[in-house]
Amino acid sequence: MAESIKDKVAVIGVGCTKFGELWDRSVSDMIVDATTEALEDAGVELKDIDAAWVGHWCETSGMTGLGLSGTLGLQYKPVTRIENACATGSDCLRNAAYAIACGVYDIVMVVGAEKLKDMGIAGLPNQVPLGTPNLITAISAPGLFAMMATSYFHRYGLSPQEGKRMLSHIPVKSHHNGAMNPKAHFRREVTLEQVINSPIIAWPLGIFDCCGTSDGAAAAILVRASEAKKFRNDPIYIKALQICANPADGARRNDFDFTHIEAGYRAGVAAYKEAGITNPRGEISMAEVHDCFSINEAIVMEDLQFSPRGKVKNDLESGFFNLDGGLPVQASGGLKCFGHPVAATGLRMLYEMCQQLQGKAGPRQVKNARLGLTHNMGGHPADNVVSCVIVGRDR
Amino acid sequence: MAGITSYGAYIPLHRLARTELFRAWSGIGMLGMSVPGEKAVASYDEDCVTMAVEAVIDCMGKIDPKTIDGLFFASTTHPYSEKQSSAIIAAAADMGRNVRVADFAGSLRTGTIAITAALDAIKAKSAKNIMVAAADARPAAPSGLMEQGFGDGAAALLLGDKDVIASIEGSYSICDEFSGVWRAHTDSFVRSWEDRMVLDKGYSEILPEAITGVMNKFNLKASDFAKVVYDSPLDVRAHIKLSKSLGFDAAKVQDTMFMNLGNTGTAQAMMMMVAALEEAKAGDKILFASYGNGADAFVIEVSQFIEIARDRRGIKAHLASKRMVNNYETYLRWRGLIPLEPAQRPELTPTSISALRRDRKAILPLYGVKCKKCGTPEYRPPAWAGGRAPARICVMCQAKDQFEDYKFADKKGKLFNFTHDYIATTPDPPATNVIIDFDGGGRGMFDFTDRDPDKVAVGMPVEMTFRKLFFDRGIHNYYWKARPVRV
Repeated sequence: MAESIKDKVAVIGVGCTKFGELWDRSVSDMIVDATTEALEDAGVELKDIDAAWVGHWCETSGMTGLGLSGTLGLQYKPVTRIENACATGSDCLRNAAYAIACGVYDIVMVVGAEKLKDMGIAGLPNQVPLGTPNLITAISAPGLFAMMATSYFHRYGLSPQEGKRMLSHIPVKSHHNGAMNPKAHFRREVTLEQVINSPIIAWPLGIFDCCGTSDGAAAAILVRASEAKKFRNDPIYIKALQICANPADGARRNDFDFTHIEAGYRAGVAAYKEAGITNPRGEISMAEVHDCFSINEAIVMEDLQFSPRGKVKNDLESGFFNLDGGLPVQASGGLKCFGHPVAATGLRMLYEMCQQLQGKAGPRQVKNARLGLTHNMGGHPADNVVSCVIVGRDR
Repeated sequence: MAGITSYGAYIPLHRLARTELFRAWSGIGMLGMSVPGEKAVASYDEDCVTMAVEAVIDCMGKIDPKTIDGLFFASTTHPYSEKQSSAIIAAAADMGRNVRVADFAGSLRTGTIAITAALDAIKAKSAKNIMVAAADARPAAPSGLMEQGFGDGAAALLLGDKDVIASIEGSYSICDEFSGVWRAHTDSFVRSWEDRMVLDKGYSEILPEAITGVMNKFNLKASDFAKVVYDSPLDVRAHIKLSKSLGFDAAKVQDTMFMNLGNTGTAQAMMMMVAALEEAKAGDKILFASYGNGADAFVIEVSQFIEIARDRRGIKAHLASKRMVNNYETYLRWRGLIPLEPAQRPELTPTSISALRRDRKAILPLYGVKCKKCGTPEYRPPAWAGGRAPARICVMCQAKDQFEDYKFADKKGKLFNFTHDYIATTPDPPATNVIIDFDGGGRGMFDFTDRDPDKVAVGMPVEMTFRKLFFDRGIHNYYWKARPVRV
């Protein structure tokens, strides 16, 4: 009988670089900065690390485990490189946590590092693998997610204007939070009207509906939960680690509705079960979710059962997900404002959760945060991998 | 008697008003006045191959492509110097593996040259039928009269000796090396000698020789013909002059469509012939001729089976279905006539010949599969995620390798959702990408072409069209796109 990961593994240290267009920082610089902060936060040294997992998504960020071992001078330790698109960082965490839980290592390091801004172009690199036919002339990531907005508006009878207004609450909230975050890529408040009237990137999404592409790295140090208090008084305990890959079927089976993400829903259900949560809307204190595009955050709120299907509009309009709302989402500013260096994002979310659950988040501190959920979605609405992680301050 | 058993045509949706060319160039090279009318303009994703596929599919109607014995394709704008256009067309049109294919090239008369060759094969009983297609999108230098005159289009005639809708009673051919109009491999655009000489010593002398030749051979006079169909040089006045000199009643002379289509080069004579057949009655005698490095003339007689082919889109429906190109700059961009600032976006993955080969059935005739266990049609697993086509595992019931072929090219569908992507790189921004649900099941993501962005809506009816996706390192990547159903 498979066991739950709940309360078997603890996070004893986290680190994260400032995210943004880090023209003067190489991927190695970012790895050094993020891991140094995590080691100091955990109160351990590099020589204490038994094994490491490093995540990179694109070729400009690195391959194999050598980018980590070579950069840090890690001495002949097992290092695994993981790639799972935007879920890369969270999947590093998952694999490392399992290694800790089964007892083969005592202290492990997880790192996600991405250098997106060395390509000379805006946006993400080409994602069609070599040896694969190109069957669409060109479509951007915003374009792929915009299709979901088209379907959502259509299904729930929202006019483009109503739909855009609904979505615009999302970046307004995230910009408000991000402005208070010194490590965020974008730190400027925006108004609802600015968002609604922003230039169209991929109809119906405007530029403020899209997250930035950023450079950045984040890291964490894990130990067995039973050992955690030896390192610090306020370790963060892993309550659930779930990941779910869909069968890449959204653009080939007629019954997929493009108004939800099945893998996201299932990852959420599995995570709640693992963590023993029966009322997510009431029990989860805060969430950092994959708001690569505003429409995705809206749909994730429904997939994670924070809002009823088709009803997220009410919660967006009432401010339920605001910093002072019933369930603060993107207290950090989210992908939208903290930025989105693909493989670093999952661990950046873990970093934010630790700040919040340990009461160190300053002006953007969520009150009485006990249980936090992080959610990443790799891929796009039709074909995706979704991770769902729940962490808590109590064991 | 061998003859025509079906016909079809294709005209691009887009038209450019000649006044717009006149405006763009302030009348330079246009003798101070705009040529009247408009011309059909191939979209950025169309060329002679894609237009021929449309015409061939139109011509086949409900005829099973596997019953076609041969495909001859005539054009002066074949995309490759070394790689066969007709093989691409036969694959896209889903013809059988034993189909006999040939490219005819080098002269504006190659359409009728191909017809003659096809007839010979049918008469010799080495083929039951042969599809002859002609298409052109000729390159004209900006600002000239050729740019004003040239239009783009395609026609297809299926020839056979059973149930012919119009029998080809006989022909007369002349070979003459003279060409007042030419284009060398190193030329970007068509060249011409002084037009007066070109017409007087070429078209106006050689074409009548073939026409009178066939009339004499079969002892026919001008009044015996219900319709006279022969192509025109760039200057349509020479076309009118020729009919007068041969004594043909102007009302019987088939319109060149110069005013609403333009001069479509190799395709012109056959497109005019299709237009004539659309109006023809059983018993009509038609004189059909084409000019270029000599001339061919045919005597054709329409049979009672002409009514079988009436449901084609042909010329009439395609002419009526149109959208104006907004401006000359769009035309320049579509034809690749001006260098553009490269987009600050990722480059495409290099074209893989081996991947195209593996997935050929999904890519050229747009086949998917249908699960024998649960009956679900599926187009293909996503290529970008490394998915091969066709699927080997059913997307619905996970049965393995239990499929039958299922063709999507001929299925219509409904637009499920869409985006207008303003940052994706395309010669016709925004890039409208859609997911469509095929009637009868199956779904796919495709480019949406020939659309008016303001009119794209969830649920609108769509159909598939064979297009050129992009050109990469010498490879023309042909594939299918969705488009609004073209009425």
